[in-house]
Amino acid sequence: MLAKRIIPCLDIDRGRVVKGIKFEDVQDAGDPVEVARKYDAQGADELVFLDITASVDDRPTLFQTVEAVAREIYIPLTVGGGVRNCADVRALLSAGADKVSINTAAVDNPDFVSEAGERYGVQCIVVAIDAKRVSKKKEAPRWEVFTHGGRKATGLDAIEWARNIVQKGAGELLLTSIDRDGTKGGYDLELLRAISDAVSVPVIASGGVGNLEHLYEGLTTGGADAVLAASIFHQGTYTVGEAKQFLAAKGVLVRS
Amino acid sequence: MAAIGIIDYGMGNLHSLGKALERVAGNGRVVISYDPEELLKCDRLVLPGVGGVRECMKELQRLELNQLVVEAARSKPMLGICLGMQVMLEWSDENGGVPALGLFPGRVSRFPDPPEDGSPNRLKVPHMGWNRVRQVRPHPMWQGVPDNAWFYFVHSYHAVPSNPEHVLGVTDYVHEFASAIARDNIVAFQFHPEKSQNHGMTLLANFTQWDPA
Repeated sequence: MLAKRIIPCLDIDRGRVVKGIKFEDVQDAGDPVEVARKYDAQGADELVFLDITASVDDRPTLFQTVEAVAREIYIPLTVGGGVRNCADVRALLSAGADKVSINTAAVDNPDFVSEAGERYGVQCIVVAIDAKRVSKKKEAPRWEVFTHGGRKATGLDAIEWARNIVQKGAGELLLTSIDRDGTKGGYDLELLRAISDAVSVPVIASGGVGNLEHLYEGLTTGGADAVLAASIFHQGTYTVGEAKQFLAAKGVLVRS
Repeated sequence: MAAIGIIDYGMGNLHSLGKALERVAGNGRVVISYDPEELLKCDRLVLPGVGGVRECMKELQRLELNQLVVEAARSKPMLGICLGMQVMLEWSDENGGVPALGLFPGRVSRFPDPPEDGSPNRLKVPHMGWNRVRQVRPHPMWQGVPDNAWFYFVHSYHAVPSNPEHVLGVTDYVHEFASAIARDNIVAFQFHPEKSQNHGMTLLANFTQWDPA
């Protein structure tokens, strides 16, 4: 049977790994190649790189980073951040990415996802959804899609958007709760469950992991196919191996 | 010097496959090419592939590589990976049905779509992630690879070879399917050895050493 995946996430800013809290207040967390090599050795199932560099001028730095990492590790590598058109997708795949994550450009032009999927195969097209809970207390839960690192509201309902973009050709969804990101309070399980149930493709849970129980909840209560975490691994609170042992002991199938 | 040719028909990322083969090939040279002449000079060939089967067959035909694959498959050690495995069957149901290279009798079918009721534990398509391969018959490819080892998969279609003797390994997803097939000097994997860490590297190393004669 298919194993649940544990995916360390590396936020990349001008060639360095960083970790922000609620998409702001960024701290340095190391050299991407060293960090990637460490997680590969620990048994990470995949790696995700999100380029959070604001300036387009720094794109070549990202390609160099991706190339350097892809030379070192033999597990799947997803790269996202600033992917706007098929030329960007192609450049990242050529640099050594196995999958490309599209966020803002998918909202601006959903047909881009179809085009990229047709050209490069849907298996390498991940759509990142950053969602924020917008319902008031006692209302039925509702989440809205945000872009631009969580700063710009789109008016799109997150569940409806997830369904639509999968129909357009997204091969996988990377779902981040903006409310939880960096809080260490756990995933937004209600959001995760709603999206995971709404689509036929794998969902990666992101945003809010503070301990191993949170990973377990995401994969069980939340119904995620994979869990993504950054700070618990970067800060050395847990290794990927420890996370897998914990999950396996609770009956979750992980790659050993 | 021995050369391994990766058949480049313009689909997918051959970067990671190329560097993985370079790492295990020792003194062997790795050639990535769409030139039939160049490829025929290689001692062994790899047919990789991602994307849709119709486009894949169209590009192989346009570059006159389909004949090369069929001919080379008579003598040279050949390795198919992912879509490169699927086009080795006779027919694929993908893209409304496409005739393929026919190196193995049988067809390629889609996994059933998960029910839309959001039931827990329903199996999603694509089959994406790490799954085990049970070795159903001995083969030099398996040397140093433990039975039920984990490999990385990404696919929505899978091979259904009609000759059970061609099945080398099976994987369980929705139902059991053939994840590794082989006959004579051809071997093919549905999973990506170049993305499957140590066991994947062992398989690629075994292929570079394989002497089917």
